[in-house]
Amino acid sequence: MAYDKFTVLKSSAVPMPIENVDTDQIIPARFLKATERKGFGDNLFRDWRYNTDGSQKKDFVLNNPIYSGKILIGGRNFGSGSSREHAAWAIYDYGFRCVVSSFFADIFKNNSLNIGILPVQVSAVFLDKIFTAIEANPAAELEVNLPEQKITILSTGESESFDINSYKKHNMTNGYDDIDYLQAMKSEIQLFAEKSKY
Amino acid sequence: MSQKPATLFDKVWDAHVVRKIEDGPDVLFIDRHFIHEVTSPVAFLGLESRGLKVMFSGKTFATADHNTPTINQHLPVQDPLSANQLKALETNSAKYGISHWGLGNPKNGIVHVVGPENGITLPGMTIVCGDSHTSTHGAFGAIAFGIGTSEVEMVLSSQCIMQPKPKKMRIKVNGKLGKGIVPKDVVLYIIAKLTAAGATGYFVEFAGDVFENMSMEGRMTVCNMSIEMGARGGMIAPDETTFAYIKGREKAPKDAAWDTALAYWKTLKTDEGAGFDLEYNYDAADIEPMITYGTNPGMGMGITKHIPVAAEAGGSKASYEKSLEYMGFHEEEEMLGKKVDYVFIGSCTNGRIEDFRAFASIVKGRKKADHVIAWIVPGSHIVEQQIKDEGILDILTKAGFELRQPGCSACLAMNDDKIPAGKYAVSTSNRNFEGRQGPGARTMLASPLVAAAAAVTGVVTDPRALLVD
Repeated sequence: MAYDKFTVLKSSAVPMPIENVDTDQIIPARFLKATERKGFGDNLFRDWRYNTDGSQKKDFVLNNPIYSGKILIGGRNFGSGSSREHAAWAIYDYGFRCVVSSFFADIFKNNSLNIGILPVQVSAVFLDKIFTAIEANPAAELEVNLPEQKITILSTGESESFDINSYKKHNMTNGYDDIDYLQAMKSEIQLFAEKSKY
Repeated sequence: MSQKPATLFDKVWDAHVVRKIEDGPDVLFIDRHFIHEVTSPVAFLGLESRGLKVMFSGKTFATADHNTPTINQHLPVQDPLSANQLKALETNSAKYGISHWGLGNPKNGIVHVVGPENGITLPGMTIVCGDSHTSTHGAFGAIAFGIGTSEVEMVLSSQCIMQPKPKKMRIKVNGKLGKGIVPKDVVLYIIAKLTAAGATGYFVEFAGDVFENMSMEGRMTVCNMSIEMGARGGMIAPDETTFAYIKGREKAPKDAAWDTALAYWKTLKTDEGAGFDLEYNYDAADIEPMITYGTNPGMGMGITKHIPVAAEAGGSKASYEKSLEYMGFHEEEEMLGKKVDYVFIGSCTNGRIEDFRAFASIVKGRKKADHVIAWIVPGSHIVEQQIKDEGILDILTKAGFELRQPGCSACLAMNDDKIPAGKYAVSTSNRNFEGRQGPGARTMLASPLVAAAAAVTGVVTDPRALLVD
């Protein structure tokens, strides 16, 4: 599934300063029963967002109207646990295009890049600066500049650079994915397969 | 020809690189691809919308496990959404010529139990599945890890995925394990030391006496939980124990092919002098029966210890307190003696025959505690049959337990096996995340021995007190 190109994103952000946010919190297993990629955003952070009777939990950040935007800011070790791509789908479907944390779990990071969400890993110090800026002004905007690999807190002007390999960067800025790439090298794969031991 | 010393991981990874991309991932050829009902339907839809075919249907194996009920499997599945996913797996497998061991098939079971026990999993392979516990297969000296649905689509359509080569970590545990200390304790101990993110970015090789002396079932338990320390996967060099386990299994090589395979498999070990990016060494004598007290698998401790205070535990104080509050526990409390409502033995972590033997060794001659609800779920029909053949079912029945049918069950509570809100479960599965075993459920991860001790006493109990010499 192709996705929108990602170049420069300027947006306010939703702060979630919790460590080890696992994919079971992002989307609980009981909501993985669809056979199509539709509507997962409704159940994003389901058990933190809603009471069992379906009413909203008022103290949860997604239910607080002062916070909005296309960037989610998470605590250390964001996205740990299950390989369910549904977690990334739910974040995308809800409207986020970028997740910022000081540390990401591997599979989540991979899944995000594969569907067009940019995971931006910043230092713990910079992460704190972002949380502080949003605390001071919930509408504070961030600029995530993928071509320059730079994230800036616009209200303070503080910025930090982030890593992404040039292959993935090229994919994200053009809206390409790995499936396109692999299809273009099928004959090379076929030759490799003929020598396979298994 | 002299070659640079290489690790087991390097040998297997490098043998599968189709193309290296500068400042990008490796294109990695995949030998075995397992699929199940939950993470595959959207991948098949993707194939269709792009007009792609399955490139090598013989390298993909389907089994239904995540959604399946663990009672009355002969009846139609009640939940329409689950039934729909199971049907989609069956239809997609038939359409593309993929082997499918669905509900009711005598080979059906949890994907990570089924692969090894039928000889589909072999040393030196690259193995992926849309499930993070694919790391289990690393016990055979394979590179095995979980992938997302986009990657499932890649493997179906091109038999490759694209990933940067991870860094390498070696974890050695040497010495002799004490009485009542089993593989689950070893891995929970390592995760408690490293934390739930301590191996992120790495692929782990487990080495040392403790793993060399471990059965294949035990090695699978250990590699299974590599992901719980953040590792991409974990692996153990194949040896005589590995070869003896594989020989004669349905899909294992036979005759001359066996000899050729064996000669290759014997080269799959880390060379003297090969380098790792990070190494840890632990002493088996320091490990006691383990139990978790929090909401990630790194929050574990020896069963006789007290819950640490936030400052000792590391990480943010607020996140630690949130975790203990969810569990209804407090800093410095003892775990021994805490009331247990539910006991779950099963899952891809501890759903193999050795786990049920261990469970039965404590249950034998005792009775299930009246207030405990126990779910005993074999990892596959083959394990279920072994439980019956070895007389374990009789022991369980006499003690007041019932055996259920195979599946992932309460490990992730996608079917009806959900722990109710607020209730405490001692579980042999792999994750104690909030709500993992049902909304509001409180999970304590432990070994089959600790689970059995809790099931017969009704409280968290040191299993060593119940073991006969």
